[in-house]
Amino acid sequence: MDNLIIAGKSYQSRLLVGTGKYKDFNETRLAVEASGAEIITVAIRRTNIGQDASQPSLLDALPPSRYTYLPNTAGCYTADDAVRTLRLARELLDGHDLVKLEVLGDPQSLYPNVIETIKAAEILIKEGFKVMVYTSDDPIIAKQLEQMGCVAIMPLASLIGSGMGILNPWNLQIIINQAQVPVIVDAGVGTASDAAIAMELGCAGVLMNTAIAGAQQPVLMANAMNLAVQAGRSAFLAGRMPKKIYTASPSSPTTGVIGS
Amino acid sequence: MIELTINGVAQQLHASSNIAELIVELNLTGKRVAIERNGEIVPRSLFNTTPLQHDDKLEIVVAVGGG
Repeated sequence: MDNLIIAGKSYQSRLLVGTGKYKDFNETRLAVEASGAEIITVAIRRTNIGQDASQPSLLDALPPSRYTYLPNTAGCYTADDAVRTLRLARELLDGHDLVKLEVLGDPQSLYPNVIETIKAAEILIKEGFKVMVYTSDDPIIAKQLEQMGCVAIMPLASLIGSGMGILNPWNLQIIINQAQVPVIVDAGVGTASDAAIAMELGCAGVLMNTAIAGAQQPVLMANAMNLAVQAGRSAFLAGRMPKKIYTASPSSPTTGVIGS
Repeated sequence: MIELTINGVAQQLHASSNIAELIVELNLTGKRVAIERNGEIVPRSLFNTTPLQHDDKLEIVVAVGGG
């Protein structure tokens, strides 16, 4: 079996999906099911005081017994806020310690603040969290986060929510080549071919939200991403043919052509 | 009556002296929430025995859709 292993736990799907930006919980559930994802990210937010407690919740639509929840720190701009958010998440999810750390540096680009990210990772790892870390595609920072004990390195392919695809495959390649833990592209994937390219580079997985939720038909795109990640993984394992300007080696026999 | 801050908003509570009573007063019974009081996590098992005090700062959170 070619499973994705994160912090000692094995997953069949290499596609991780977010649960934001859908029109309702039913669409979220259908998209997650079509994606085949086993790990789903969730955000931690203040409850609306005074709202009807009987309203359906995300946990009803996607039961934590069936999916591995990956609470994130989206919206946090300091190490302190990120650490507090994930402590709350661990309490909320009954001691669940696999988390996605992201500390943002700028509200317009949502580019990660790696200095605050490193500060937060240090505290969280000390407190026993298993940290999957969203970061820039800087190979030195990626290495440093791995050496600190992060269980997965998650570089951006392009900016969060941009759908711009894999903008710097060479940096990703360096990060993948040097890493001993899974490298998962997080952010920037826009369509199925982007996911396939990430997997062909040798990424262990791909994490996406907007590429699915922002499609005209999210459930159909979730299925496309499921297939693309599998196709890209198979192509990576198969080992592609070398690129050549001229073939000089046709696929059909060179002899026995009529009229010769 | 206790005056405290919940999720960044000043509130006056009339019927609560501990976290468990607060959950009831805020109509959050049965809802899965996590609570931070003055920067420290309050484990669910301690809701009954964690008193509320004047000027407490509480954060009450849930899991929502996110990427």
